[in-house]
Amino acid sequence: MASIKEIQDEIVDEFSMFEDWMQRYEYMIDLGKSLPMIDNQFKTDDYIIKGCQSKVWVHADMTDGEIAFTADSDAIITKGIIAILIRAFSGQPPQAIIDADTSFIDEIGLKDHLSPTRANGLVSMIKQIKLYAVAYQTQLN
Amino acid sequence: MLDVKKIREDFPILKREVNGNPLIYFDNAATSQTPQVVIDAIVDYYSNYNANIHRGVHSLSQEATDAYEEARIKIQKHFNAAKPYEIILTAGTTHAINLVAHGFASILKEGEEILVSALEHHSNIVPWQMLCEKTGAILKVIPQTESGELDMDAFAKALSPNLKLVFVNHVSNALGTINPIEHIIKEAHKVGATVLIDGAQATPHIKPDVQALDADFYVCSAHKICGPTGVGILYGKEEWLTKLPPYQGGGEMIDQVSFEKTTYAGLPHKFEAGTPNICGGIATGAGLDYMNAIGFDNIARYEDELLQYGTEKLLEIEGLKIYGTSAHKTAVISFNVGNIHPYDIGTILDKLGIAVRTGHHCAQPIMEYYKIPGTVRASFSFYNTKEEIDTFVAGLKRAVTMLS
Repeated sequence: MASIKEIQDEIVDEFSMFEDWMQRYEYMIDLGKSLPMIDNQFKTDDYIIKGCQSKVWVHADMTDGEIAFTADSDAIITKGIIAILIRAFSGQPPQAIIDADTSFIDEIGLKDHLSPTRANGLVSMIKQIKLYAVAYQTQLN
Repeated sequence: MLDVKKIREDFPILKREVNGNPLIYFDNAATSQTPQVVIDAIVDYYSNYNANIHRGVHSLSQEATDAYEEARIKIQKHFNAAKPYEIILTAGTTHAINLVAHGFASILKEGEEILVSALEHHSNIVPWQMLCEKTGAILKVIPQTESGELDMDAFAKALSPNLKLVFVNHVSNALGTINPIEHIIKEAHKVGATVLIDGAQATPHIKPDVQALDADFYVCSAHKICGPTGVGILYGKEEWLTKLPPYQGGGEMIDQVSFEKTTYAGLPHKFEAGTPNICGGIATGAGLDYMNAIGFDNIARYEDELLQYGTEKLLEIEGLKIYGTSAHKTAVISFNVGNIHPYDIGTILDKLGIAVRTGHHCAQPIMEYYKIPGTVRASFSFYNTKEEIDTFVAGLKRAVTMLS
């Protein structure tokens, strides 16, 4: 399994091929369509991420010391954003997720989504992913 | 006829680009843009006569006091209030509503009823819920119909001697429906209820005559009528403002203070504790002057044209559904396209330099009624053009293609 940093570099490479925002967004929309779908039983308020204008549900499971994330959203661009996050963080050990840097978001031109005023709650999604990692790390200790 | 080209010259912000495209600003229901004369009034205040008001004997303080009180008179005349001191300057509509709700906490009794409309902004629901919790009063709701109008039969049934307060917006912020407030005020008064009208969405388009309406309270925000943010207007009939207790304690609002007893200042100072937003008040007057020079009849007529044009153009898009289809509407179009999330449409439009609002517009009960997560809301002002609507519709089509 590649490290989080390697996967992030790979994503940055892919995005650097696009010439304009339209292509970037079209790609994100495609990614959204391929998001690993969350099981319906987890699409409840317990798994919802607050602070998003669209609804976002994230669930995490740990097998053999690696966390697998699944998610869904009712907005397709939000799904695309979370697909990118899941690609970067899923299948990794909790400590690696806790320690991971998220500056690759800037590099793929989604920096404006990181502002806390943006209603899509990208910040909340990253926080939720890291919180899951912290919770599972405590189990390992 | 409006000379829109000339009017646009008055708004510096309309010259800017967003994401590489000329800005198309269709979020006027959230806040209006600011004309140069209002910006100038703000600069003039801080450059030439910035001083604290009502107390100083020095010239700057006198000038600032005069300008602030002149602004109050401009506002009084605009709304046709009987007395200048029936105009209280607050920090915004929400603040004004809270001021009234707070005052009624000592007047309302357990079991008495408050009626609010289903079309309210959260700011006109939450303060009354808090008031009910405090007093034991009961909150009742006038339901809405499919077209986004108030169910007036249900309103008629809700009228009873037990009804003490009615709160209705003049225009719904999420849908643009113009509510029949004349009728509501008249009928509510027949059973002895007091009426507060939230005019935040109406005042950019309509010049209300509070005496003709016989409204007990009428509130709105300066930043939606070409004025600055942070200023709200509260009109209250003298008898009501006299009856209500002060909202906040502090300087300006007192007459005599000792540790045994404080007597309050008269109106309007009783409700304007502390140093007010002096510059904001003055700039609010400048904004009203600007709009009145154009003329509210001209504004309403032109915006109605934009509404008709925009509605026709939008309905050409397959799968587009407009929420709020009353014949009496301001220039607000709330819509969705198929199952596309409003947030997705708003994001793509933003990339094209087009500012619209997406979400529940602080009116979740309305979204609940239609069983939708939110809408895209385009709201037009007198400085918008049909050409901008064309660009917006083309952008929307592009977004729909990308997102389908």
